[in-house]
Amino acid sequence: MLEGVIDRRSATVSKRSSTARAMRFGRWTLIYAIVVVGSLISMFPFAWTFLSSGKDVAELYLVPPTLWPRSPQWVSNYETVWQLIPFGQWLFNTAFVTVIDLVGTLLSASIVAYSFSRFRYPGREIFFLLCLSTLMLPTEVTLIPQYLLFKDLHWIDTYYPLIVPVWLGGGAFNIFLMRQFIMSIPFDLDEAAKIDGASSLRIFAQILMPLCKPALATVAALGFIGFWNWFLAPLVFLNSPEKYLVAVGLRYFNVGAAQGEQAAKPQDHLLMAASLMVALPCLILFFVAQKYFVQGIVMTGIKG
Amino acid sequence: MSQIVLPGQAARAGFSRMRRREAIEGYIFLLPWLIGYIAFSGGPIVASAYLSLTKYNVLLPPKFIGLGNYTYALTQDPLFIPSIIKTFYYAILVVPPGIVISLAIAILLNNKLAGTAIWRTMFFLPTLTPIVAAAILWRWMLNPDIGLINFLLAQIGIKGPGWLASIEWAIPSLALVGLWTSVGGAQMIIFLAGLQNVPADLVEAAAIDGAGAWTRFVNVTLPMVTPTLFFNLILGIIFSLRTFDVAFVATNGGPARATWFISLHIYQNAFVSFDMGYASALSWMFFIVLLAVTFFQFRLSGSWVFYAGEKS
Repeated sequence: MLEGVIDRRSATVSKRSSTARAMRFGRWTLIYAIVVVGSLISMFPFAWTFLSSGKDVAELYLVPPTLWPRSPQWVSNYETVWQLIPFGQWLFNTAFVTVIDLVGTLLSASIVAYSFSRFRYPGREIFFLLCLSTLMLPTEVTLIPQYLLFKDLHWIDTYYPLIVPVWLGGGAFNIFLMRQFIMSIPFDLDEAAKIDGASSLRIFAQILMPLCKPALATVAALGFIGFWNWFLAPLVFLNSPEKYLVAVGLRYFNVGAAQGEQAAKPQDHLLMAASLMVALPCLILFFVAQKYFVQGIVMTGIKG
Repeated sequence: MSQIVLPGQAARAGFSRMRRREAIEGYIFLLPWLIGYIAFSGGPIVASAYLSLTKYNVLLPPKFIGLGNYTYALTQDPLFIPSIIKTFYYAILVVPPGIVISLAIAILLNNKLAGTAIWRTMFFLPTLTPIVAAAILWRWMLNPDIGLINFLLAQIGIKGPGWLASIEWAIPSLALVGLWTSVGGAQMIIFLAGLQNVPADLVEAAAIDGAGAWTRFVNVTLPMVTPTLFFNLILGIIFSLRTFDVAFVATNGGPARATWFISLHIYQNAFVSFDMGYASALSWMFFIVLLAVTFFQFRLSGSWVFYAGEKS
């Protein structure tokens, strides 16, 4: 407002620069307004989840809905979650699989990417194409034979199906990302180290990997979020409730109600509480790691 | 080795030894992926092709029945072809708006804003919400009688539809949930990355020549991000056609199989009915559809995707 007035007054003096300034001011106001509105819409259901997790279940279904809980009961709701379901156990299972799989992904994807980007051998291009083609494959095509394979290996209802494939390759997307990144690092560094007598493994571990930190951070953060919320494979390969990962376990609140089991009384408020506790680690991680994300992917765009 | 060796020879012998060593090391480092590929991708692909020609219920050994599964699916299965159509309907509702909105968010966030970390996280929040919670939450928000959305619509005098409970609105409702969970997510991050590659001097040059914001976007920024756009389009279509989680949790295929997507149909046949042979045939047909769609897009891409590094 004030700026507009000042702009108009000085218009005669330097008409061009002041209109430019007014336009720039208007532009930024507009951008911020859109970003604020957009992010509010985007986060609204999440905020609503938080508010709902402090209500009792009857209040959840009130018409018209209440915004702030009438008698906030966050503490007791969150406590009930821990008593009602083996929540701690599921979180532990999930953390266990996530940590092991993250280490596996980082090691495996980067060493395979090292092979694709720094070594020449017959068949390399074909292997790389095969690797990329798995990105396009629907999970369903491989899921059934995998299930049968794991059944023959007596791996059903164990964590092996969730861990071994990850350690063997680390996912085509991650290999691709790491390869692109390593390719953008000058080859001279390897050569210099090689002349000094460094082994390939040492070049990988002490020269290339430290330079790959942005890509590793991207793979690690996206990997963490992916493993933490993993749904289909744990649903298919695990049967015992005490072995569930938490994303599948949350279905308890859902399936129970649908099947008229002991959980028949609606407990969506507890589900909301549980979900927030599940999402919290990812939220913190994303907030911390987001600045590396863009860096990580940008660099990979440099060489095709 | 003898003392009298010509320098060139020695170099060549040393060179080929080095090359062999390089190749061996390359294979060693490739090995984890190669084993994984054979065991968990390549092998299963071949196995599922074979299984698709059999009747197999896990308990008894597979019985070869030729193309029986395929003909049954195409001529008799009352759910297969409708499930493919529903899946495509969902993808059409999700992919184009998803691409446009996530590109718009990326362009907004690409401005040097104060508090970038906070904005990015807020837009990313839906991606971090566990799918079961998102489904329940939306089932409540979209509840025809007590849901928030119809409540708000009623305030402005509109009678909202039945959303997830209505046969016509169930897929659009799922699309809405799908959009909400995805537009600020990986797609947006990838667009953000793509925008970093648009040369600033090119945009400035256009501005000096008097091009307005919209003209600059259409004629400079958009062509430069077409490779990213193409990448997101390909993956967006593949992922939306493969959608499973949302439908499985929010509607479980209902009401009256209105959201019975192909992925649910395969899951049902494979892991509920344990009709593995038939489910394999279904997944192969689905795979072929996906390949065809992707191939078609690559053919089309020549006419609209612009690679800066490419000669015209």
